[in-house]
Amino acid sequence: MADATTATPGRAHARPGVAPTPPRRRFVPSYARRDQLTGYLFVAPQVLGIALFVLLPLGLIVWYSFHEWNVLAGTFRWVGLENFEKLVTDPKLAPVMEATAIFSIGLVVFNLALALLLAVLLNRKVRGMTFFRTVFFSPVVVSLVAWTIVWSFLLQDNGGINGILQLVGIDGPNWLREGPTAMASVIVVQVFKNVGLNMVLFLAALQGVPQEVQEAARMDGASDRQLFWRITVPLISPTILLTSIITIVGSLQVFAQIAVLTQGGPGISTTVLVYYLVQQAFDFHHFGYGSTLAILLFGIVLVLTIAQWQLRKRWVFYEN
Amino acid sequence: MRTESTLRTAPVGARRNAGTDDTVAVTVPPEASAAARAGRPVGRRRPVGSPWRKVLFYGALSVLAVPFVFPTWWMFTSSLKPISEIFAFPPELWPSNPTLEGYVGAFTEQPFALQYWNSMYIAVLVTLGTMLFSSMAGYAFARIRFPGQDLLFLVVLTGLLIPSEVTIVPLFQLFNSWGMIDTHWPLILVTTFGAPSVLATFIMRQYFITLPVELEEAGRIDGLGRWRIYWSIALPLSRSALAAVAIFTFLNVWNLYLEPTVYLQTPELFTLPQALTRYTDAYGGEMWNIQLAAATLTALPVLIVFVFAAPWLLGGAVVGAVIWHLTWRRRWWLGALAGAALGAATGFFGMMP
Repeated sequence: MADATTATPGRAHARPGVAPTPPRRRFVPSYARRDQLTGYLFVAPQVLGIALFVLLPLGLIVWYSFHEWNVLAGTFRWVGLENFEKLVTDPKLAPVMEATAIFSIGLVVFNLALALLLAVLLNRKVRGMTFFRTVFFSPVVVSLVAWTIVWSFLLQDNGGINGILQLVGIDGPNWLREGPTAMASVIVVQVFKNVGLNMVLFLAALQGVPQEVQEAARMDGASDRQLFWRITVPLISPTILLTSIITIVGSLQVFAQIAVLTQGGPGISTTVLVYYLVQQAFDFHHFGYGSTLAILLFGIVLVLTIAQWQLRKRWVFYEN
Repeated sequence: MRTESTLRTAPVGARRNAGTDDTVAVTVPPEASAAARAGRPVGRRRPVGSPWRKVLFYGALSVLAVPFVFPTWWMFTSSLKPISEIFAFPPELWPSNPTLEGYVGAFTEQPFALQYWNSMYIAVLVTLGTMLFSSMAGYAFARIRFPGQDLLFLVVLTGLLIPSEVTIVPLFQLFNSWGMIDTHWPLILVTTFGAPSVLATFIMRQYFITLPVELEEAGRIDGLGRWRIYWSIALPLSRSALAAVAIFTFLNVWNLYLEPTVYLQTPELFTLPQALTRYTDAYGGEMWNIQLAAATLTALPVLIVFVFAAPWLLGGAVVGAVIWHLTWRRRWWLGALAGAALGAATGFFGMMP
């Protein structure tokens, strides 16, 4: 166990009261004591930062959520559970949650399928694989807003994509201004941006599938398809779980893309929960209700994560 | 035992027993890897067979590559088009009348050079700060024993459980009460000490745990204090983990969007992602050529560095990429979970929390 190596060497000898110590030791702190102090000093910046910038705000959103707080009007008064009642009766919440669900599910399915496809294609010992990996990964390092702006430009009614479609005689839709295509566009832009990361994870997992198992299956007459679904997929299921958690929870935090591409529109068809939260708090200045939405978001993230880690026991094989 | 070369190729505490199967999951891709040179089995599928299949294979990959490459290409070429031709039909793959007016506009419409400097200095400062404070905390959690250590580590890990969007309202209020709205302080302080730095601390801790303790003992026998042991022995040994931390921290800060839009109001203080969205005319319509020129200037430097670093990043630093992934969208807490999961699956980390 690595932990054993972390014990401070020589600590037992330096502990006061254990080893016989000369009188002057009473005034000079022992090595262990000084070491403890060093430990506290080393972790102090991080621990204070977390206390101030994570724990305190977390307490504050609960406090705020019991208040009616309009920053512009300067009102701040205790309203009890009113914000939570507002949450339940908010006519916008249902469409917002629906948009959130569509976005998250669409994103996960498309992202994982494409990532796995790319990884399987690139997991070969032939020329050019590093080149293609670089290509598929490159959007990851392109500035998020820059990437989104280009796609916004491409998806304009008279933009590049409709231009290309027109060349082959198709009159493309106004992608970002019609409900269904707006949602699809946001999903697709986000997938192309980040699928390279899941691809790299899948590549690492695929290279971990023992060749002997594959050869044995092949010798038993397994087809390529059987090999993939019966051998490869179960063996990389821990990575599939990992990437799906990351992608789902990440999808709940997508803000910049929506702000740049659709501003939540048309109507509120692409207003996902995060966007709604920021809108309520900083555009409409309802800090109290914004905090209530933040609690909802936090709750969803927490529940999804716990659920998925519970699921792990059901469908992830061969985890050591 | 680890050697210098494994330190360089594996960023986050890879304990390699070359040739054994339990580490195959983290085997680096073939082209760039030391493992490949050492004759380890890589590339699990049979090579593509006949020439016909080869054409099909590379053809499919090339078609798939279009949506990944074309936008960047389109961003660059369109930024060179005059505004009158930017929506020209049929679409031009290379501008017939290239002009730099978009680039000129980027600097005249907004204080773009200043905004570039803001993004750059904040990203560098936060990266250096995170490398220092996270490695200090990580070192203490890994090596020094002090009462309440486990509790404090748990407290720090809560930073991974909370998406930054959740705490943005109270943080705004907090900095408002300190008079720090419309300054860079919130961006610097929260990213260096708050939730975004926790993954770095976690990774550094896991890495320090895998380092052999004997060198530090030797240092102590030579009379070095803790600070010197950390600074002169442990830190130089963890270059590769620090590099991974530096990369993902820089990219994360470089791409922050929600936080600057919430905290900053003065154009002179804007960061790049925020500035890019503000190139609009009096009616709120986008000035596309200017916007694309500014986007090109934002994206290109990182992209060029990436192209040169890609063999290393996508080869040796699989886990580095994992970390990027997790941090790219500020999914810090997932970083920890995923790091732990990946570690459990591959024996990658020395010890789980």
